[in-house]
Amino acid sequence: MTCLPSATEKKLGLVIDLDICVGCQACVVNCKEWNTAGYGAPLADINPYGDNPSGAWLNRVHAFETGKGADARVVHFPKSCLHCEDAPCVTVCPTGASYKREEDGIVLVNEDSCIGCGLCAWSCPYGAREMDPAEGVMKKCTLCVDRIYNEHLAEEDRVPACVRTCPTSARHFGDLGDPDSDVSQLVAARGGYDLMPEQNTKPVNKYLPPRPRPRHEIEDVDLVSMAKKTTPKGFWKWLDQALDQLPG
Amino acid sequence: MRPAASLIIFTTLSGLGLGLAALIGLGYLEAKSSQWIIIHAAMCLGLIGAGIISSTVHLGHPERAWRALSQWRSSWLSREGVMAGLTTIVLAGYFLDQLYSGVARPWLGIIVSILSLITIYTTAMIYASLKTIARWHHVLTPVVFVLLALAGGCLLAAALQALAGTASTAPLDVPLTQWGIGLIALASLVKIIWWVNAGKNGSGSTPESATGLGGLGEVRMIMPPHTEENWLQHEMGFVVARKHAARLAIIAFILAAILPLLVLGLYPQSAALLILAAAIHLAGVMMERWLFFAEAKHTVTLYYGDRH
Repeated sequence: MTCLPSATEKKLGLVIDLDICVGCQACVVNCKEWNTAGYGAPLADINPYGDNPSGAWLNRVHAFETGKGADARVVHFPKSCLHCEDAPCVTVCPTGASYKREEDGIVLVNEDSCIGCGLCAWSCPYGAREMDPAEGVMKKCTLCVDRIYNEHLAEEDRVPACVRTCPTSARHFGDLGDPDSDVSQLVAARGGYDLMPEQNTKPVNKYLPPRPRPRHEIEDVDLVSMAKKTTPKGFWKWLDQALDQLPG
Repeated sequence: MRPAASLIIFTTLSGLGLGLAALIGLGYLEAKSSQWIIIHAAMCLGLIGAGIISSTVHLGHPERAWRALSQWRSSWLSREGVMAGLTTIVLAGYFLDQLYSGVARPWLGIIVSILSLITIYTTAMIYASLKTIARWHHVLTPVVFVLLALAGGCLLAAALQALAGTASTAPLDVPLTQWGIGLIALASLVKIIWWVNAGKNGSGSTPESATGLGGLGEVRMIMPPHTEENWLQHEMGFVVARKHAARLAIIAFILAAILPLLVLGLYPQSAALLILAAAIHLAGVMMERWLFFAEAKHTVTLYYGDRH
């Protein structure tokens, strides 16, 4: 059913720390690896070793630059499905393939009834959904639903692949509906925020802002004139010319 | 947004067929013989059917298209599917009844008209309901779709009437060709108001709100997450038209409005010219629809260095 549940028992989601993400892309690769072999159709790649490769990925790491001069900094920015409470991708689905789970709030696609119309991807402000180029069905982050409840895995592995693999622990997984959970505490302590709150999608995933850095006062230096060739004067000018005239 | 040929053909052809059906249902065009009933039915159902078939070409799994009829409670695309199916059935029934009984039942005609107009509205709402695309998310978007469909339907009805050589049965003693002038002028006026205003203030989202990094200053993309264009950019980052948008809009306006208006005003008796005008109008509306997609910006492009 593509009507949204009025409330979900849990709000499982991710908390992504932009202060410590180094943009290594390990989460992107591990996401692709796990999800190409698990839930639903494999994530296809078209022409992967050619000059114009393309393919479906559920997690992408962007890089942005903010501020100017001494305040400029680079922020690596992982982006995947935010499992929104008011997910527009669910209600636009004409077939009921797109749905939000009442028990944990995960947004999933039933690939057997997806007609591949792409309207859910159009309705998502974040670009979280990508059409599989081989299968013709919509792919999206499942929050590794086939890992987090999987009792065949060791307990420490029962988290999404991206969280498990992150070498800097920039990604956290938990119930954001429970104010006492580790992730909720982290969001409260660090001022976690929503992406595009003005789109009224109520994302479950939260982002932690980069911490403020001490501002290094740097004297204004005129680099252009430093780089210019300086012409010597007086004795040094004579020496310069005299040396130029020497043979060899 | 990428202007997919399948969606341009879907919205323009089914719109034209439904516009014609709406006017036939209201008694604007009478069939003088059973042969003409069949021609009218073939025109309406052929155009609507071609549009629906074209829309399924856009799908990754056309064989599952029937599933789209199930979620009418939340999805405009599903509502469109349900309404298109219902309208086609009632319209076919209307023509069959007319063929066998020899009379066009006005009450059934009115139902056909209402269903046709609702179907055009639901088509437009697939696009107008998307908050992520500010250009489409405008109150006049469905009005433009409905008026252009009626204008095209009226032009086609006038051509069919001239071809059959029958007298006008359009209401208020105003000939069909003059209704056509009025509808094309009204559609053009609303379209121009839409063109100037729709999405003028953007989606309200910026690279700063998309990343939440506005507090650190202006946000600029320094490195995309992939080396080649991905599906998101292919589908929603279409930029080719922007440079020529104004020029293309003027050409679309000349084809869809100016030339048909000249024919309707100067040669209202010429069946050949009216047919030509209807074809030129359709080409113009297709161009208008191409621009409708090509000019629309999606919020996802904010993550790829765009600013709306």
